[in-house]
Amino acid sequence: MENVRPLAHNRCMTPDHDHLLPSARPVVLIDSGGRPVESAGYALPPDDHLVKAYEALVVGRRVNDQAYALVRQGRLAVYPSSHGQEACQVAAAHVLQDGDWLFPTYRDTVAAVARGVDPVEALVLLKGDWHSGYDPHAHHVAPQATPLATQLPHAVGVAHAARLRGEPTVVMALCGDGATSEGDFHEALNFAAVFRTPVVFFVQNNEYAISVPLARQSVAPSLAHKGIGYGVPGERVDGNDVAALLAVLGGAVARARAGEGPQLVEAHTYRMHAHTNADDATRYRQDEEVQAWVGRDPLTRLDAFLGGRGLLTDQMRESCAGKAERIAAAMRAGLAKDVRPDPSELFAHVYSAPTPQLLEQAALVADELSREEGH
Amino acid sequence: MTRIATTPHGKLSMAQALNRALRDAMAEDESVLVFGEDVGPLGGVFRITDGLTETFGANRCFDTPLAESGIMGMAVGLAMNGMRPVVEMQFDAFAYPAFEQVVSHVAKMRNRTRGRVTLPMVIRIPYAGGIGGVEHHCDSSESYYAHTPGLHVVAPATVADAYTLLREAIASPDPVVFLEPKKLYWSKEEVEIPAGGPGIGRAVVRREGADATLIAYGPSVPVAMAAAEIAAQEGRGLQVVDVRSIVPFDDETVCRAVRSTGRAVVVAEASGFASVSSEIVARVTERCFHSLAAPIRRVAGFDIPYPPPKLEHYHLPGVDRVLDAVDDLQWEDA
Repeated sequence: MENVRPLAHNRCMTPDHDHLLPSARPVVLIDSGGRPVESAGYALPPDDHLVKAYEALVVGRRVNDQAYALVRQGRLAVYPSSHGQEACQVAAAHVLQDGDWLFPTYRDTVAAVARGVDPVEALVLLKGDWHSGYDPHAHHVAPQATPLATQLPHAVGVAHAARLRGEPTVVMALCGDGATSEGDFHEALNFAAVFRTPVVFFVQNNEYAISVPLARQSVAPSLAHKGIGYGVPGERVDGNDVAALLAVLGGAVARARAGEGPQLVEAHTYRMHAHTNADDATRYRQDEEVQAWVGRDPLTRLDAFLGGRGLLTDQMRESCAGKAERIAAAMRAGLAKDVRPDPSELFAHVYSAPTPQLLEQAALVADELSREEGH
Repeated sequence: MTRIATTPHGKLSMAQALNRALRDAMAEDESVLVFGEDVGPLGGVFRITDGLTETFGANRCFDTPLAESGIMGMAVGLAMNGMRPVVEMQFDAFAYPAFEQVVSHVAKMRNRTRGRVTLPMVIRIPYAGGIGGVEHHCDSSESYYAHTPGLHVVAPATVADAYTLLREAIASPDPVVFLEPKKLYWSKEEVEIPAGGPGIGRAVVRREGADATLIAYGPSVPVAMAAAEIAAQEGRGLQVVDVRSIVPFDDETVCRAVRSTGRAVVVAEASGFASVSSEIVARVTERCFHSLAAPIRRVAGFDIPYPPPKLEHYHLPGVDRVLDAVDDLQWEDA
């Protein structure tokens, strides 16, 4: 029995590879009561970062709830809310620099807004005037992805292009727990690892893919454990603790920027609302489960922590709420406008120049319109 | 640059012309990147990328993990961020794992973003049959791509066009699916580079003839040319139109040709049902009905999965089947 090669499994578990495995428990720096927690290897972010995050959380919550209300008023077709996940949204944007890129999904409107995208432009998709409503190059925010995980290989490509040119760009690629079952999740992590591209894959595990619970997606010890299969370090973090998220995601971004290759971060969080307004969450989860997560709210937790340290005054709270209210008012005003989309635009962007066939079809619509106007 | 040179006789194969097009594009523009499976040191299973890694380095021409969706998705990201990716799908049927990326992203990115994000990229696919390939190596997949708005779809039939159209595809601001007829890779022509000729979006008349028009593209063009040669010996003049550019389709050239003869046969390897060949018949009929002396006939692949090598010749449109279809064009009414 000499020279028997060790099983691959055993090779993975050699101490050399331990650094690829996530912490035994999700990293927490502020507990749900707002108290600081020691966590090996991670320090509390500077006060000013936390205060800035607080404001963005307040704005993010307001954006979520305003958009939800706009659906009920018929101004938006649908809205997949990240209510309860705002800490993940804000941290994903705040750890990036200007030249970095963010790849959001349909549930990550607040992350796009936290990076500077105008909420009214972000909601064009759900209002139905066009698909992506903002200029992805303006803030380096890719169009919000509706198919699952397909944006992750794009993130690898954007990062690889930058790396080939010697630019220090890092790409933050977002997805949910359900998307980790898709082939593109696997292919993107593997490509990123093989090419050592600076991508941070950030999985917001909110426990549900529409109605299907995490247990039906994976029986891995955690989603962060999937990293070791690609040679990518994985880490777990409390997704309702913005301090821990800033520390863990900030560290992942720094390592990626330093040339250490891609990183995988899983945040444990919870989708407080149904998948969208069109979904009925009572068909697949109990109210007690939802209520248990109310006590872990990211906003009240940070409020208690900052307040307890004297870093957040009532005046600051009012100022943040005021800013959020102004943004909500701008959303209402922006979405109240009934701009009639121009049907001729249907043919304008299919190619750099319309084909002869598209010109014929555009002429047909123009003719129909002129006859409508004639009536 | 020595490994791919013109042959002693000055003749170039289609494979060599494609390699030369990649080379010239890479030399001209350093944002052109070539990648896929086995395209690096091996030079691709058909040697189309032969020597590119050696000449331009492993950052410009490189092998990837064996995963087509990852290749296509990475190309989307590279194109979003200033590069001009030219990806190779190893065989027609091995491109299917990338189908979602092609249909949902490559084809739609420009439109989704109102023209703000463009994807100048080329998807090279060795395609179609006639080489005795085993299953999953001989599909004619052009209809899937042609049916998807946002893609240009091109299939060269000559060595000169292989060079010209690939250079155009790489220079195009739009994504191009570039279908390379495998059975023509080793066909040779006397060609001067740059080869010239019309670009994407134009069909050409390859042979003049007054009696009927054969419309073909890619691997079916030589079949149509051979049929026309035999018909000429029998006293019938067959005109041959090489479509070249499936999308955008050159209605003008094709319809002018059909009007000049009043009879037409479309020749294509792909299964005929719901195909590019059926689209061509529909478009030409809509536009040329009053010039037609007979219904347009099709000689297409049967509606069967691609056959095993020993049976493929029953499936592929051949000269006899094309001539039989021409014979059926209601000549008694002439």
